[in-house]
Amino acid sequence: MSPAPRDRLAALPRGGPGLARRAWNALVLAGCGAGLALVLLPMIMLVAHIVARGLPGLSLAFFVSMPKPVGEPGGGMANAIVGTMILVGACGLIAVRVGGGTGLYLAEYGRGPFAGAVRYAAELLAGVPSIVVGVAAYGLVVLTIGHFSAIAGAIALAILMLPTIVRSTEEVVRLVPRSYREAALALGAPRWRVVQSVVLPAASAGIVTASMLALARAAGETAPLLLTALGNRFWSVALDQPIASLPVMIFDYARAPYSDWNQQAWTGALVLLLLVTAVSAMLRLAVRRIG
Amino acid sequence: MKPRAGWMSLATQTRPPSVAPARGESAPPPPAPAASAPGAPPVAEAPDAISVRDFSLFYGAHPALKHIGFDVPAHSVTAIIGPSGCGKSTLLRSFNRMNDLIAGVRTEGEVRVAGLDVRSADVVELRRRVGMVFQRPNPFPKSIFDNVAFGLRLLGIRDRAELEARVEQSLLRAALWNEVRDRLNRSALQLSGGQQQRLCIARCLAVEPEVILMDEPASALDPTATARIEELVLDLKRAYTIVVVTHNMQQAARISDRTAFLLDGELIEIDETPRLFTSPSRKLTEDYITGRFG
Ligand SMILES: Nc1ncnc2c1ncn2[C@@H]1O[C@H](COP(=O)(O)OP(=O)(O)O)[C@@H](O)[C@H]1O
Ligand SMILES: [Mg+2]
Repeated sequence: MSPAPRDRLAALPRGGPGLARRAWNALVLAGCGAGLALVLLPMIMLVAHIVARGLPGLSLAFFVSMPKPVGEPGGGMANAIVGTMILVGACGLIAVRVGGGTGLYLAEYGRGPFAGAVRYAAELLAGVPSIVVGVAAYGLVVLTIGHFSAIAGAIALAILMLPTIVRSTEEVVRLVPRSYREAALALGAPRWRVVQSVVLPAASAGIVTASMLALARAAGETAPLLLTALGNRFWSVALDQPIASLPVMIFDYARAPYSDWNQQAWTGALVLLLLVTAVSAMLRLAVRRIG
Repeated sequence: MKPRAGWMSLATQTRPPSVAPARGESAPPPPAPAASAPGAPPVAEAPDAISVRDFSLFYGAHPALKHIGFDVPAHSVTAIIGPSGCGKSTLLRSFNRMNDLIAGVRTEGEVRVAGLDVRSADVVELRRRVGMVFQRPNPFPKSIFDNVAFGLRLLGIRDRAELEARVEQSLLRAALWNEVRDRLNRSALQLSGGQQQRLCIARCLAVEPEVILMDEPASALDPTATARIEELVLDLKRAYTIVVVTHNMQQAARISDRTAFLLDGELIEIDETPRLFTSPSRKLTEDYITGRFG
């Protein structure tokens, strides 16, 4: 139990802050500054390094041409760029539907023990390493279908996105002002109608934001894709076939003992970074326009 | 005449006893007493739009309304006054069962509104006949048109021409049409507070309710906007029965035909507004009125 307010008041120093207080203040401020630097510095270094190493390989060809066989110079990652977009689009469709629906359920009806279990499951899922999710998707989808496929990759990524989307959907739906619901209910709207015509539209901007953030993270996942979408050196946009993706391609090219492949891995990393940044920027603009 | 509630008990008073009853309040002309037909069948030509019989409401174990009984004649304005926390909103929300939303609410007694037994009525049907306007204007974050059309779409009206006609009619009745006719597709949130509140009134008029409940509809508005709402209330009572909660006694005197004084969940007194403000029959009422004005 915390002390009664009066006791706490009595414990406060009288007069202005003393020397010890000011020294402590300075110390804490310095600590905060150091923390900030610790966070910012690696990020700046990382971005600077990727730009510096990736830029030399950046050209239009990188975006529009296919990978060349070993030894042949040139080539690009057109298939991986398109593949990543397809994977991210498909997993977004799955995750937003399932996760959004779950979050909505939790916010609107989530009181009983079942809702508690769902919430706990989402929390647990957030802590599951992505490679484990990859293994699960391998067992559930890849083995069932009999081969690697884009859809297996999308499902693995969707599972990874679920916790974020569930949690943030629940939060933004709860944030929809009570007054909107009351207004709709007072007009005789049944509960489902209130959710459909008032709550969801009001929460949609927040749900979109959260989903895009989760998508940006999913776009960079590699481990689960190795076990599901596999990768593909050829052009393929079919959902039931293995598909190329930037992270997996970067992984392969970075490990390869050929310096031109290593260069392309850096450029791929830069492109992935640009893609994610572009999506985030567009998202910010869109949200600002809605809000 | 109205049956007087027989459950008025003297609550312990925390208000300092005031002495001279100051009577500076000018009251509206006394309304024509409502014709009441005793023993009339409940459905056909119900004389009272609302009748409350020995009604109590509990939030868990806490009694918020205690043995309330009164009637509201059709086509009249009844004001509910009383200090903050005395149960005004709770009483109002009992008329369209908005208290259903709160867990642990229990009621006793009977409330009939617009010919329906509130407790057993279909809540959707009840709320269609009983509109509600809230303290803070709460238009949906949609266009002006869609706000007013919301209730109509709930009724299944899809025909664009019909929607347009009824939206226009509702906005006209809410004295908002001239201000918004050119921007029906703009967001309702761009309107001023007073316009938003009139929009909420239009939204509630669109489904053609019989009773309109207003919970301090002007308390968040400036004096000009407040005056417009009050005018509107006086205008609307020709077609609707209105119950308005207010903490502003001048407002109650200006717009209501009858006033109910609530204290600690008990109905202390309900009477024709001029009489309640000039010669209240209960000492508690007089103390409350003079305490505020004095
Ligand atoms: N949702 C609720 N849960 C529990 N108690 C409530 C709730 N709403 C109101 N009350 C209590 O009921 C009493 C009447 O509240 P209310 O009707 O809002 O008063 P008023 O509108 O006159 O200010 C108050 O004591 C208040 O604390
Ligand atoms: Mg209130």
